[in-house]
Amino acid sequence: MSTSPPLIGGPYLKQSPSVSHIMLVVMLALTPATLYGLFQFGWPAVNLFAVTIVSAMAAEAVWLKMAGQPIKPALSDGSAFLTGWLLVLTLPPWAPWWIGALGSVIAIWLGKQVFGGLGQNLFNPAMVARVVLLISFPVQMTAFIAPHPLAGPATIDFMEGIAITFGYGTAHVDTLSSASVLGHLKTEIGRGTAWSEAFADTFNMRGFVFGAVPGSLGETSAPLLLLGGLLLWGARIITWHIPLAMLGSIAVLAALFNAIDPLIYPSALVHILSGATLLGAFFIATDLVTSPVSPLGKVVFGVGCGVLVYVIRTWAGYPEGVAFAVLIMNAATPLIDRYLKPRVYGRTRRGQPLAYKEPSK
Amino acid sequence: MISAILSLALLGLGLGVMLGFAAKYLKVEAGALVQDIEQMLPGSQCGQCGYPGCSPAAEALAGGQAAITMCPPGGRALAQALADKLGVSADLSAMEDQAPQVAFVNEHLCIGCTKCFKRCPTDALVGANRQIHVVIKDACTGCGKCVDVCPTESVRMRDVPVSLETWHWPKPDQLSLAS
Amino acid sequence: MKLFRIRGGVHPEGRKRLSEDKPIEDLPLPELLHVPLQQHIGAPAVVIVKKGDLVKKGQVIATAQGHISAPVHAPSSGQIVGLGRYTAPHPSGLPGRTLTIRTDGKDQWAALPPPLDPFTASPEEIAKRVSDSGIVGMGGATFPSAVKLNLGARFDLHTLIINGAECEPYLTCDDRLMREHSADVIAGVRIMARALKVERAIIAIEANKPDAIRRLRHAAQNDDVVTVVEVPTRYPMGSEKHLTQTLLGKETPARGLTADIGVVVHNAATAFAVFEAVTLGKPLVSRIVTVSGEAITRPCNLRVPIGTPVAKLIEHAGDVKVEPERLLLGGPMMGQPLSDLKVPVVKGTNGVLALAGLEASAMAHRTSCIRCASCVDACPCGLVPLDMAAAIRKEEMEIATKSGLMDCVGCGSCAYVCPSNIPLVQYFNYAKGRITYLQRAEHKQKETKRLADLRNERLERLAQAKREAMAKRKAEQARKKAEKAAQEQQQEIASA
Repeated sequence: MSTSPPLIGGPYLKQSPSVSHIMLVVMLALTPATLYGLFQFGWPAVNLFAVTIVSAMAAEAVWLKMAGQPIKPALSDGSAFLTGWLLVLTLPPWAPWWIGALGSVIAIWLGKQVFGGLGQNLFNPAMVARVVLLISFPVQMTAFIAPHPLAGPATIDFMEGIAITFGYGTAHVDTLSSASVLGHLKTEIGRGTAWSEAFADTFNMRGFVFGAVPGSLGETSAPLLLLGGLLLWGARIITWHIPLAMLGSIAVLAALFNAIDPLIYPSALVHILSGATLLGAFFIATDLVTSPVSPLGKVVFGVGCGVLVYVIRTWAGYPEGVAFAVLIMNAATPLIDRYLKPRVYGRTRRGQPLAYKEPSK
Repeated sequence: MISAILSLALLGLGLGVMLGFAAKYLKVEAGALVQDIEQMLPGSQCGQCGYPGCSPAAEALAGGQAAITMCPPGGRALAQALADKLGVSADLSAMEDQAPQVAFVNEHLCIGCTKCFKRCPTDALVGANRQIHVVIKDACTGCGKCVDVCPTESVRMRDVPVSLETWHWPKPDQLSLAS
Repeated sequence: MKLFRIRGGVHPEGRKRLSEDKPIEDLPLPELLHVPLQQHIGAPAVVIVKKGDLVKKGQVIATAQGHISAPVHAPSSGQIVGLGRYTAPHPSGLPGRTLTIRTDGKDQWAALPPPLDPFTASPEEIAKRVSDSGIVGMGGATFPSAVKLNLGARFDLHTLIINGAECEPYLTCDDRLMREHSADVIAGVRIMARALKVERAIIAIEANKPDAIRRLRHAAQNDDVVTVVEVPTRYPMGSEKHLTQTLLGKETPARGLTADIGVVVHNAATAFAVFEAVTLGKPLVSRIVTVSGEAITRPCNLRVPIGTPVAKLIEHAGDVKVEPERLLLGGPMMGQPLSDLKVPVVKGTNGVLALAGLEASAMAHRTSCIRCASCVDACPCGLVPLDMAAAIRKEEMEIATKSGLMDCVGCGSCAYVCPSNIPLVQYFNYAKGRITYLQRAEHKQKETKRLADLRNERLERLAQAKREAMAKRKAEQARKKAEKAAQEQQQEIASA
């Protein structure tokens, strides 16, 4: 009988999840909301989805080739696929193909590989890409569309879809575009209209909750996003700390200000259900690499994200603040990790050994 | 435009003056550094580094004239500590982590000439004229001076084998993505 | 009894079904017994026999050296055929000093010390008997038990906790012992409680051993000192610090002992050994070992004489039925890899495992850390393993130590959950070893300086002595010259 192989330390039992398993579960959790979004916005959305994800994989392959590293193991762990997927969910569904492609390249190269690859990045790659695109191409990035469901009267057929995604102009999009919920509210509040009036004028509550409103590809359906989030939590991929802290702080701030002035400040429900709040709370802010590791740190991170989202939405220049909020808190993560470590067994919070009461003889 | 040129020029001048003051009044004392480094060196004055003793070697290190990998008895641990102290990064991978060595006297060949123990910097060799010499292993630093002078080559350097007390787990292999 | 929660921890599959219903069997006496002199924490025992001596079972063959040590007894009767270096049961596979006995098959006991009356013997007598019987912590820690029993002199103790958790998967030796020798275990616990002068003793058993709980409760039903408590099945419940926290809600202060909070923890098999030593006078010469794993033909629990080569145990268990991917001494979480099948069973060996491919860990595919914090959630000590491992990778040992490396109990929960298969525990073990090595090197450097300084002083003294002698001689010469000159002058005057 042979003796043991080269010296490797224990333990010699393992729990099954691997990195690719984690990515797969996240993709599974995203699927309901994604399918709904693709259905709502038709072929152009499907095209954009395909282009973005393929570009993400290609960008990763190109970088690894140039860096002389093996390509297959890195691609097969699914992280590039997932980054592309998350990015496309935050883009306007009828955006031209080059927005998706450029975004993917920025996300993979600038957002991840430049820092050293998987596990080394400081900022959420999808959010880096989104912010770069938003600032560089504001027109294309704010051209939202009312839903054109695949099986409805306003559906776009396949060839038209190709033309929209791969056409070079935004002319046809201009004629159809509408503002997202938050964008519309912000403009109207700025004009002095009470938000509830502005809301009721343009949207109905049922459509709003179920996602039949203009918005980014994956932001619209609150129930499906919530379902995905619960799946993630149940599969122990994420813990409850960040989503609860983020949603909680947005809700508290919104309710507070709504109580102060019900005309100008939208209610907590509208804030939670609109825009990228749920997507951000469950899928973006909880990104494993860029969020803190300790439970208390995660709560602080979540609260920070929530507060920043509310502040940006209410008083800053952009109607949607999740991307900026997450990026700012990502920058604070190393600091949070350094100062908010869990308490070590047998020591006080400051690191001193616990003082025992019974004196030794 | 004149105001812009003036203000920037004044700013530059001001900052330059501050830097000058800092360079003069806040600079690190070189003397203290030499002493610190000398404390870190083994102190056996073996001369393997090429300098006539640990003091001149410390001065050379502080002045940046000597490589931090120059002290064999200090080994990698010393090189790492020097790298930290001097704030330089160094590629230590080329440095072999030499197994510690101690001298050993082959008692069949020793003629009791006393040349070796007179050279030993830590008095690790015990002996007298016409008596067979022996090495006190715990005191031996492995500098090798005794080997150089022995006329019968009875003193040799031997690797100290790792024992149950000194063994420890090896570092896990570095990540290789090609697995 | 109210229980408290511990942080973190993991829930590996127990896999105890393989051997939990197998009653303890006696292993047939092997031909040669290799008895290491160091089977315990502390100084190795000192040999008092020589090659060729005939020994009887239970005879002292090596005495304890110093305060923290334990004697070694002959596990069977026979002749000493060797004292030398033999492969030690250690992951390095390095040899240690070992006495080899050729058994004569008669298994005759030597004259044993008289039994002590557990009700009237003093704590000091009990501790001395435990010490003389070579009893050490049988859960694997192998700390000399007598030293622990004497802690009552230095600390204010109130509770003895008996660790019957056996939280490692596969191992069932303590379980079977508690089931088959319940009354003896309880008796041993009472003896230890007396030695420690504590008013209460708690036997903690994990919930996956219902029969052991039932039997021990039955054996202790009229006892006012001993209670049996069921604790949740969670790894590492068997860690003494965490067991104490579960039962009493108090955390052991960092770098301290459980005695600092008034508690002493002993293993259940140690209690049994104390019973045998005190009431029967028998020293520690054998122990129960679980032989298990999917690669073993017939998993079993064996009573094994100390010093039996592991190969004999596997042979008795029907040998392996497939090529095992991993051979281990101990459990799969904290056990050591087996370097060679000839290594002997020692006082701390609680299991021999042959794991088959499917169940052994997926060591092959290691990827980079994704900061998922699963390890932070799993660590029962509240540490951040990913930070410590990252610091160790860059050889920043000081940072690793500040992050809590010395507070790590080495349970392996972090590496168990890591999705990237990072060998976290190996990093920590490497770091602890490296820090010790660096401390030794620093100590050596200081000593070298001291010796070099002493030598310089010696040479200086020699030189000084030479100079003084020289000066003296010169002075002497000058005096003689002056005398001669004075004499000549006198002669001149006389002859003039």
